[in-house]
Amino acid sequence: MADGILVKGLRAWFGDTRVLRGIDATMAPREVTAIIGPSGCGKSTFVRCINRMHEVVPGARVEGQILVEGHDVYRDDVDPVQVRRRIGMVFQRPNPFPTMTVFDNVAAGLRLGGVRDRARLSEAVERALEQAALFDEVKDVLDRPGSSLSGGQQQRLCIARALAVQPEVLLMDEPCSALDPMATARIEELILELKRDLTVVIVTHNMQQAARVSESTGFFLLGELVEFGQTRAMFTNPRDKRTENYITGRFG
Amino acid sequence: MNPRRRRLVNRLMSTLSAVAAVATILPLLLIFAFLLYQGASAINIDFFTRLPKPVGEVGGGMANAIVGSIILVGLAAVLGVPLGVLTGVYLAESRDSRLPWTARFLADVLNGVPSIVIGLFVYALLVLPMRRFSALAGAAALAMIMLPIVARTSEEMVRLVPASLREAALALGLPQWKVVLRVVLPTARAGIVTGVMVALARVAGETAPLLFTAFGNRFWHQGMDQPIAALPLQIFAYAIAPYDDWHRQAWAGALVLIVLVFLVSLTARLATRRRVGAMR
Repeated sequence: MADGILVKGLRAWFGDTRVLRGIDATMAPREVTAIIGPSGCGKSTFVRCINRMHEVVPGARVEGQILVEGHDVYRDDVDPVQVRRRIGMVFQRPNPFPTMTVFDNVAAGLRLGGVRDRARLSEAVERALEQAALFDEVKDVLDRPGSSLSGGQQQRLCIARALAVQPEVLLMDEPCSALDPMATARIEELILELKRDLTVVIVTHNMQQAARVSESTGFFLLGELVEFGQTRAMFTNPRDKRTENYITGRFG
Repeated sequence: MNPRRRRLVNRLMSTLSAVAAVATILPLLLIFAFLLYQGASAINIDFFTRLPKPVGEVGGGMANAIVGSIILVGLAAVLGVPLGVLTGVYLAESRDSRLPWTARFLADVLNGVPSIVIGLFVYALLVLPMRRFSALAGAAALAMIMLPIVARTSEEMVRLVPASLREAALALGLPQWKVVLRVVLPTARAGIVTGVMVALARVAGETAPLLFTAFGNRFWHQGMDQPIAALPLQIFAYAIAPYDDWHRQAWAGALVLIVLVFLVSLTARLATRRRVGAMR
């Protein structure tokens, strides 16, 4: 059975507006796939379909098939809550829970999933913070509010929070767009570390970023996946005229 | 417009709005000063520790009414706060299109129902079937007044919780109910607490809904199914009586009531300020 993420004939709507028009793509396991395209092209919707977050918006609808590690996340008997446990997500703006400490933010997924054992929790929190390259910076302030950290630290805290439940896939929806270049560089380093253990899909407006971190890239335009393939090939020798126009900055 | 005229208009408007602000708080200051002037002489240890004296005797206190008011408001909070907060969460979180709209509209109507009508309603609902006035009936009437206030402020506070936090929690694999219970409600807590305090302060001074429900009592609290004393009722009874000493005590009772409401509001303010500080 195919590993990674396999998308077949994915279509999505907001009410009567069609935002994805039949997407087919394969994202290899333990690789980084970048999703690029102008605003409103459906790239956020695409990643939100993978962990069934699209349907959270009232009136939103999805058709098609998405296999994650061989399991169809849209089969009738699949619980979206279970899907989201296996697929972590990081958002555009850092969104740590403001009423929780640094520790509690990272422990949130496990604790709310029923883990009570204190030793197991601290172990998992430490591991997730290490993985998110944040542990050394916050190990003395674990009991301070998560919102007291800097923006870049908050975003890595959110990454640690997603990693703590040991997901197979990590979705990142423009994770650096609210961060300064230094913080962005740290997150990019981190992404290169993370792909040893998980499959990463990252939406980005920044084409240099896509070129730096990803093996494959998908270019979305008006709800269609115009081109999908090896990142290097796409940036040096795009097959589609529209891709070429976009990556050379002729529009968007 | 020339600069001189602009400066003049600016000064005029600043003064006007400052005068308006003073005029707004002036009544409260006047009430407080007047109550102090009229009632301070009747405030003493006896007032807080003794029962009312029989008609015609001088002295005694309103201890039973103070305790009664605290019991009534406390019981009203026990009845009204959980129901109100849950209603607020429902109004804010429900995706249904019809029922929340209707419930919100009716809550606003309930908020506008005169309190004496609520008192009469509870009289028909509880007092007549039980064949007696009771603390329970009084608390039920107060709870009914609290409900729409608590529900609507809770709704507003739950709505203020950023969507990004809900998404973060959902994406973490939490079921909807846990998202609300563990992330949304704690984030909205400070605002909800303020709403509850405002509602408590409001019902602490209600008199009309207690007339046909709690009824009043000249003795200590005797059980939830018995009539109970309350400060507003006692003030009312003493104010319309023909004795100077009772009049003084009524003023003192009003003073105590205002101070209690003031303390509740102050607690709400301080509690919220601390929460906001911690969130930064």
